Amino acid sequence: MSKILIIAEHLNGKLNSSTARCVSCAQAIKADAIDVLVLADAPDAIAAEAAKIAGVTKVLTVANAANQHALAAVYAPQIVAAAAGYSHVLAPSTTFGKDLAPRVAALLGVAQVSDVISVIDAHTFTRPIYAGNAIITVQAPADQVLVATVRTASWAAAADGGSAPVEALSLSAELPTHTRFVELAQGSSERPDLQSAGRVVSGGRGVGSAENFAIIFKLADKLGAAVGASRAAVDAGYVPSDLQVGQTGKIIAPELYMAIGISGAIQHLTGIKDAGTIVAINKDGEAPIFEVADIGLVGDLFKIIPELEAALG
Amino acid sequence: MKILVGYKRVVDYNVRIQVKPDGSGVETSGVKLSANPFDDIALEEALRLREKGIASEVVVATIAPADAQAHLRNGLAMGANRAIHLVTNDAIQPLTAARAFLKLIEKEQPQIVILGKQAIDDDCNQTGQMLAALWNRPQATFASKVEVNGGAAKVTREVDAGLETIEVDLPAVITTDLRLNEPRFIKLPDIMKAKSKPLETLQLADLGIASGDTLKTMNYAAPAKRSKGVMVKDAAELVAALKTKGLL
Repeated sequence: MSKILIIAEHLNGKLNSSTARCVSCAQAIKADAIDVLVLADAPDAIAAEAAKIAGVTKVLTVANAANQHALAAVYAPQIVAAAAGYSHVLAPSTTFGKDLAPRVAALLGVAQVSDVISVIDAHTFTRPIYAGNAIITVQAPADQVLVATVRTASWAAAADGGSAPVEALSLSAELPTHTRFVELAQGSSERPDLQSAGRVVSGGRGVGSAENFAIIFKLADKLGAAVGASRAAVDAGYVPSDLQVGQTGKIIAPELYMAIGISGAIQHLTGIKDAGTIVAINKDGEAPIFEVADIGLVGDLFKIIPELEAALG
Repeated sequence: MKILVGYKRVVDYNVRIQVKPDGSGVETSGVKLSANPFDDIALEEALRLREKGIASEVVVATIAPADAQAHLRNGLAMGANRAIHLVTNDAIQPLTAARAFLKLIEKEQPQIVILGKQAIDDDCNQTGQMLAALWNRPQATFASKVEVNGGAAKVTREVDAGLETIEVDLPAVITTDLRLNEPRFIKLPDIMKAKSKPLETLQLADLGIASGDTLKTMNYAAPAKRSKGVMVKDAAELVAALKTKGLL
């Protein structure tokens, strides 16, 4: 019998869609119960959002001023206390979950399965290794609680339509003060969120400079798309690191992905392999991006993008 | 202050990984092995802290088969003062690695432990966080900037929402992201010098830790390939193709 606890990810009082994606994964495990745990300073509004996700059995909240920021060292002991009686603890494989889940697993004395992309049975999963160049089937012991992170791009968000009860928990866990939040410098939030957007326009080294990246932003705005970038473009300082798409950046699955001036290094392709349609625009017809693109166009991006905007009307 | 650096040997990032036809693993015989790129960044950061006078000694450690001595000599040539080799023939999992490193912490008493955020072979991204948990100390993962001031470190972290800065009391575990620094190149005289630096060898089995290797890998498979699509000749054709697919 599987009873699953999902750690909710949230920021600025809003639930992240990664939580509903974890619910999809939990449903694939065929759980008897799927509970969502919200640790926050003011969890009520977040819990109300989580309660609406179809498939959620119960939402548990822990209100504590110490939970205002998602510090793994502070969250982990509370999750360990809340995890008693559960067969699985799931967190999204976002920077939030990657930071937190191994700390929980180690406190529980168990191994962790990272980046679950499919469920075979309650203790058997597939996950990518070597930057997605191999997929392994891995089996965890059935007699221990299983901690796993869920690769969000591989799972559609569970729909709304639920009305799960919300229950406040009071936990007795000693919380450390050795880790303190200082600040979060966030990128512009005017545009759609890169991780959940249906359309993404990404630029690479071929864009050439931070100034030239304006052409990518303009096209994205025309399409109502989020903006991404290759590692090369981030390393060159064209755009901030939170726009990076790829193995070490964000792994995304938009319906439409446009790779512009991106050659298509393997680590970038790993980040988009679940995208619906990939469009590549590159002046080098031999670029590896064309091997995976559904629609390819060879040419100068500075000539093609204005034409594209004109054709879009 | 002493800094302990995790320094894993992995298949070089330029090697094209091939899954064996029988699904028993990936082809590793005869392929080039190198330091995990994130671990090179970890070592570089430790060396810079020593050069700033913040750290006095940098110790690199690896858990690997007996033939990994040359790998550790590389870390010494890059500038580490000493190396520790925990010898095992098993490909151990992160919980075991964290338990082994906790033993090294007890022995070496470092103020900072720097690890790569993940190894590019198993891509687990777990060991640093697990080590911090077992040690009951802070973790600052995915670091892109580290400032040490007395008994605390201010670490800027690459998170999905942007750049988060946290302050952690020392001792602490830091894991590196790509943009923390650019590792230096090793110079020939340093390779010669590294030959005489201390390299301690311990058997992993002698540390007396419980194995955390509870995950069983049942099968290896090549990833599903995306098939090659169509080429269009201009922007107008591209828009038409997107409209046909119902994407515009």
